[in-house]
Amino acid sequence: MASVLLSVNQVSKSYGARKAVDGVSFQVQQGQTVGLIGPNGAGKSTTVSMICGLLRSDSGSIVMDGETIGQGPSEAKRKIGFVPQDLALYEDLSSLENLKLFGALYGLKGALLKQRCEQALALVNLADRAQDKPATFSGGMKRRLNIAAALLHDPQLLILDEPTVGVDPQSRNAIFDTLETLKTQGRSLIYTSHYMEEVERLADHIVIIDHGKVLADETPAALYRRLPAQAALRAELAAAPSAALLSGVQALPGVTGVQGEGNALDIGLADAAHAPAVLAWLAQQGTPLLHFATAKTSLENIFLNLTGRSLRD
Amino acid sequence: MTALIALVRKDLILYINDKRALMLHLLMPVILAAFFGSLFGGGSEAKTSKIEVGLVQLDQSDSGKKIAAGLKADSALTIIELSDAEAQAKVRAGKLSVAVVIPAGFGDAAAGALFSGRNKPELPVYYDPSQSTMLAMVKGLLTQQVMQVTSAAAMGPKGNLTTEKQLAELRAEAAGDPSKAQLSEFLVSLKKFQDQRAADDADKEATAKAEGKPAPADAPVGMTMPYTTQDQALSSGPKYNGYAHSFAGMGVQFILFMGIDMGVGILLARRTGVWNRLLAAPVSLATVLGGRAVSGAIIAMGLMCAMFVCAMLIFKVQISSVPGFFAMAASFSLMTAAFGLLIAAFGKTPEAARGIAIFATLIMVMLGGAWVPSFVFPAWVQQATLVVPTRWAVDGFDAVTWRGLGLDGVLRPIAVQLAFAVVFGGIACWKFLRDQK
Repeated sequence: MASVLLSVNQVSKSYGARKAVDGVSFQVQQGQTVGLIGPNGAGKSTTVSMICGLLRSDSGSIVMDGETIGQGPSEAKRKIGFVPQDLALYEDLSSLENLKLFGALYGLKGALLKQRCEQALALVNLADRAQDKPATFSGGMKRRLNIAAALLHDPQLLILDEPTVGVDPQSRNAIFDTLETLKTQGRSLIYTSHYMEEVERLADHIVIIDHGKVLADETPAALYRRLPAQAALRAELAAAPSAALLSGVQALPGVTGVQGEGNALDIGLADAAHAPAVLAWLAQQGTPLLHFATAKTSLENIFLNLTGRSLRD
Repeated sequence: MTALIALVRKDLILYINDKRALMLHLLMPVILAAFFGSLFGGGSEAKTSKIEVGLVQLDQSDSGKKIAAGLKADSALTIIELSDAEAQAKVRAGKLSVAVVIPAGFGDAAAGALFSGRNKPELPVYYDPSQSTMLAMVKGLLTQQVMQVTSAAAMGPKGNLTTEKQLAELRAEAAGDPSKAQLSEFLVSLKKFQDQRAADDADKEATAKAEGKPAPADAPVGMTMPYTTQDQALSSGPKYNGYAHSFAGMGVQFILFMGIDMGVGILLARRTGVWNRLLAAPVSLATVLGGRAVSGAIIAMGLMCAMFVCAMLIFKVQISSVPGFFAMAASFSLMTAAFGLLIAAFGKTPEAARGIAIFATLIMVMLGGAWVPSFVFPAWVQQATLVVPTRWAVDGFDAVTWRGLGLDGVLRPIAVQLAFAVVFGGIACWKFLRDQK
């Protein structure tokens, strides 16, 4: 079993009367990627700020590789690489100068610093732009340089706080390629996002947080097992479904739930194999079926199931 | 140490890359100092500028001509002869500060009124109300000329007719007035002196005629200024150079502007997340703040030195004590860096902080004597402004330039700058630490 790298224990933080983080606990194992998900304002960034030593928790403790993290220049900080949500780059310094600065903050210098800068630039595919200023970069390139700046000191744990905000799909894929490379190298990651598909792609373990509290802390497979439906069927009819039709669908074998929305039906299925029978039944009801689609349930459904609301609400 | 050096290096590269900041903090003060320096007397070799005065010469008598000639010969004045209408028009239009009218018969009337005190002639003087100090200067010089000419006319050999007339009037009034009787006795003596001078002049003229030589000129008589001044500009070292003070003042002002930019830069870094990224590294808040303060102080020092190199090369400003200048510049630079941290600590937003800080800086430099020397302030303002660090900074730079003092002459200004640096820096650090919690 992998050893625990980071342990967050009953951490709380309040701003005045508002409790931003309320008794949050979770762990990150060596080589594990943890997805920290929740809607905007859930407490993800506050939790990350406390892990990075930028904020002092009101209670609880955060232990990184055996050392408690607090504010100030602790050794534990050397083991963490932080990619903040905002671009933390000096736009008027070249890419290389930016990396040299952040490397020097972690005590790197001389040939080692130069070598690490070259490696980091190569990893994020910016080696040919070393002398260019970020002011001339696209949003995606800046995000990649932001990640490179966090890798220079070879951290054991890389924390990425919403690293794909404002990034086009092509750059997002480039960032994911980089992160998957890091994952295969055995590096531990904490990835915060409110985009479920991003977290699903990367995470081995998911912590769902809302209103400052942990709602779930499990593997993706375990989370999916919580859901009565493992697949979803959406059917668009020529007219709005009647109450009798909804009751009829609900009574079919394998149907875990049904909801009408305009002319559409959202049907939860215990297994995708039940979809043909449900569609056949619908075709016999006299209301023409215009269109249908099936999908696997997503973390979005899990969040909805846990909180009763959408992640993007 | 590696982190601190990297932070300082980063700030220096960013500053040098920022051409707008360099332009604002280096070129602008040099241009403004050159302008203000020329207003305040320019370099040590510069001649004192003359006052242009309009003259309406209506008195064609001997005395009137002598007054006009005396005014024209005065090294402090440039006389422009005009008609009365022209003089009034030019003063009204602001093209002349002062114009003097010498009315017809003024010289003789003034001589007649010298001892009697009666029937004093009027001398119209037109002046621009925005230049009232010029009026006082011109009146002083005019008094000197009129007194010399009218007293010479009254006491010279040709004044005996006037004296006789005055004597006749006095004898009629002297019966019941002892003071007029004494004045009458004085005028009798004067009449004898004038008659003797007239007889001597007639003898000299006759002798010259017999020898075939031209008649000798009248020897000067009458009242003259009973003294002459010997003007010496005193300072401990080089001669006064108006540019030295202007460079000190403008240097202090624009370097404080650089301090504002530094503080606003920290606020921008806090807004964008760069600040948090720096603090996520294993460096203390003190290191990050220290790095910004050190780089700010180095930039301030570099700017002040660059400005004074310009002042020395172009405007012949002399530095009397190089160690004193560097110590003064270093202490002021530290104060500026601490001022920048203070702005960053208490500024809520970069925009609001910049506005308030510029206002505060302009007040400080105005009270500090950066625009006009503090010695022109009223005495109580001179005392009150001692609580402003800029006052000490400007005085310190003045001391090691045109006042010609050494390192010991700037020890107090240096101590004051360092004290303000400690106070500003201490308050800023306290606020940063409080906010971090």
